Amino acid sequence: MSHVPAGSVLIRGGAPYGERPADVLLSGGRIVAMGRDAAAHADAADAEQLDAAGLVVLPGLVDLHAHLREPGAEDAETVATGSAAAALGGYTAVFAMPNTEPAADTAGVVEQVYRLGREVGLVDVQPIGAVTVGRRGTQLAELAAMATSAARVRVFSDDGDCVSDPLLMRRALEYVKAFGGVIAQHAQEPRLTVGAQMHEGPLSGRLGLAGWPAVAEEAIVARDCLLAGHVGSRLHICHLSTAGAAELVAAAKARGTAVTAEVTPHHLLLTDACAASYDPVFKVNPPLRTEADTHALRRALADGVIDVVATDHAPHARQDKETEWAAARPGMLGLQTALSVVAASMVETGLLDWRGVARVMSENPARIGDLGEHGRPIAVGEPANLTVVDPAARWTVRGAELASLSRNTPFEGRELPAAVRWTFLRGRATVRDGSPAMEVFA
Amino acid sequence: MTSLQTSLHTSPHPAGRPADLAAGEPFGTPAAGGSPTAAPGPGAADPLPGAGTDQMSRARLPRHLLSAADLDRPAAIQVLDTAERIDQAMAGREVRKLPTLRGRTVVNLFYEDSTRTRISFEVAAKRLSADVINFSAKGSSVSKGESLKDTALTLQAMGADAVVCRHSASGAPHRLSGWVRGSVVNAGDGTHEHPTQALLDAFTLRRHLAGGRTGSALDGRRVVIVGDVLHSRVARSNVLLLHTLGASVTLVAPPTLLPVGVGDWPCAVSYDLDDALPGADAVMMLRVQRERMDGAFFPTAREYTRRYGLDLRRRSLIDPGGIVMHPGPMNRGMEISPAVADGDGSVITEQVANGVTVRMAVLYLLLSGEGAGSEADTGERSAEPAVQYGEGESR
Repeated sequence: MSHVPAGSVLIRGGAPYGERPADVLLSGGRIVAMGRDAAAHADAADAEQLDAAGLVVLPGLVDLHAHLREPGAEDAETVATGSAAAALGGYTAVFAMPNTEPAADTAGVVEQVYRLGREVGLVDVQPIGAVTVGRRGTQLAELAAMATSAARVRVFSDDGDCVSDPLLMRRALEYVKAFGGVIAQHAQEPRLTVGAQMHEGPLSGRLGLAGWPAVAEEAIVARDCLLAGHVGSRLHICHLSTAGAAELVAAAKARGTAVTAEVTPHHLLLTDACAASYDPVFKVNPPLRTEADTHALRRALADGVIDVVATDHAPHARQDKETEWAAARPGMLGLQTALSVVAASMVETGLLDWRGVARVMSENPARIGDLGEHGRPIAVGEPANLTVVDPAARWTVRGAELASLSRNTPFEGRELPAAVRWTFLRGRATVRDGSPAMEVFA
Repeated sequence: MTSLQTSLHTSPHPAGRPADLAAGEPFGTPAAGGSPTAAPGPGAADPLPGAGTDQMSRARLPRHLLSAADLDRPAAIQVLDTAERIDQAMAGREVRKLPTLRGRTVVNLFYEDSTRTRISFEVAAKRLSADVINFSAKGSSVSKGESLKDTALTLQAMGADAVVCRHSASGAPHRLSGWVRGSVVNAGDGTHEHPTQALLDAFTLRRHLAGGRTGSALDGRRVVIVGDVLHSRVARSNVLLLHTLGASVTLVAPPTLLPVGVGDWPCAVSYDLDDALPGADAVMMLRVQRERMDGAFFPTAREYTRRYGLDLRRRSLIDPGGIVMHPGPMNRGMEISPAVADGDGSVITEQVANGVTVRMAVLYLLLSGEGAGSEADTGERSAEPAVQYGEGESR
């Protein structure tokens, strides 16, 4: 599908970055004209015109952290359904975590995921490679083979598990320097989180759920910032969730360490109080933290201490969530709600403007993951990877209506601001007026 | 914080529509010496001796008993009073059976081995003439991988009026209560709560410290609870219920066996047993599993016993009229010495007997009121539990 040449589209009256309205003309997969020129060229190109008055035009969103579940758990999500959810969420590129079955720890598996993404053609699916063989944390996977494969892997992670062995982590950080890679760490000290079910605090004590203390994240963040500084490598912290971890990253950045960090939408909005329902739709790893943490994370995101909002989109089949808390698998849907949650927690609160949203949801993740054709400025000559958002819209989340195969959204029944109206991948609409632009076969 | 975020918080304590049991109504007229099976059905002509309508406040019981926090003070006293009356009613009977729950079905859904608690509930239900189904995880569809939800739907289809649930996962009875229409009684969930144990403990305490007088509570009484509070559902329920009843509770444990945030609980906390015991009206010893050593909670069983075991010397520190309690099963020689367990003031076997009576009262109050557990009640959740923890965590 992606080889079909894109026609011309004139986005009329939209406001790039929510700033001054300017027409944008897309043709041949690129932005070919903007402003007054655009309308003139549009006639010549016989362009489709879309009325975007009052809408915000953003660079296509880039998710540095999603679980598309294929291969291995196709009852929860596939590359096709995950791609559809991503496009509807305003994404044009998604990084797929390697905790599949088999794990994406060889060139063969990452190329398979990459190829599946291209065949679906709704977003660019960029595989992340496992750091260690089978994600077992004992032996480095063939990282260079994945880097030089057709999938051109640059981000490596054992996400779901921590690379807890400090020596192995050091070696991984060093090794990927040869091809400009980055290690994305799932920061969880395993011994401090044996059997952990939720954030360790007063509520875990009274609910009788084993605690996942903030220090178990912060101990790894501190260690890995020091390691990355010592060996001069790039480190990325996945789903940073505590105020203390944000302070550690800020201090490491101040020292000049090449560390970046992401926060999930749910950690910006929800707190451990959700666990009081014992409904495992709120079970996630790292766990929902305290209200003070959500405020610190928002502030860190606004200040640039945290670079990226990444979804940690984690679909789970119903039987893995309709259980007692301890038996449920951790994780939440995120791709279709991320932009709205960021609008609620960051834009409506005045912490970020839309240019800031473009930075943390498109430009920074593309830069960290080295995706040259994404996260680019909205400017003539740039790739036409764009999303068009209605900032005034409000919508109610219904898990059953999301494109994902799974329904485990923690925002069920909640009204959220801002809705994605159009998404363009290389000039071709993947979302038209809020609906999928093409059929997806799961 | 946005309203979105705060409005997502839901209370873990469903209240449901309360049983609308007016004072004195539950027991009807005194038994006229007839056969206990002569009564026509639930709630009708209960052959319990006359209830003092003037003594009983109009208490409201929730539809489910999931947490000791589901019981406010009048409801807790009502359970204890009901248990007293049941005890009196049973005392004079040749056939130890009341017809109260005839035609009702009580399912004991036990996912954990707990012979004593299951038998206690089974005897309680049978003495109320309910049909009892024991559903244990072993040798059932559960061992074939059936989920809790599917099991719940099966029980629902079979028309269970009450489900007594023991589960190793904290919150499992909460989940169950959303899937069945009958009443759910938490018979111990993970490291969360065990409300009927707390009720039988309160019943035992009231008998010894307040003469078992109906309508009375435990105001001003001092109860010391010792041991593995971190993993103890008994401790959590007792702290909540005894506080509701006006007792002052002191938890004693090594710091490793106290949960984070225990400072916000409605009780005092101490690391020193010898300091906490003087003047106590009761001391409740919790079972401490030797395996906790492997989690580095304490160095050796010997050191634990030395610091936190109840021996005769420590027994002598509590109030002369005080009592010694243990929810069982005991590790003799670990948290309690045999001389104390079998000695003066030990009410440990009495607790077991009281367990049946109190569970009869709970099943009776949940099931005999026509309003309780009705199908129209879809489990509306109350905003707040009856007992509040401290506010220290509300960040």
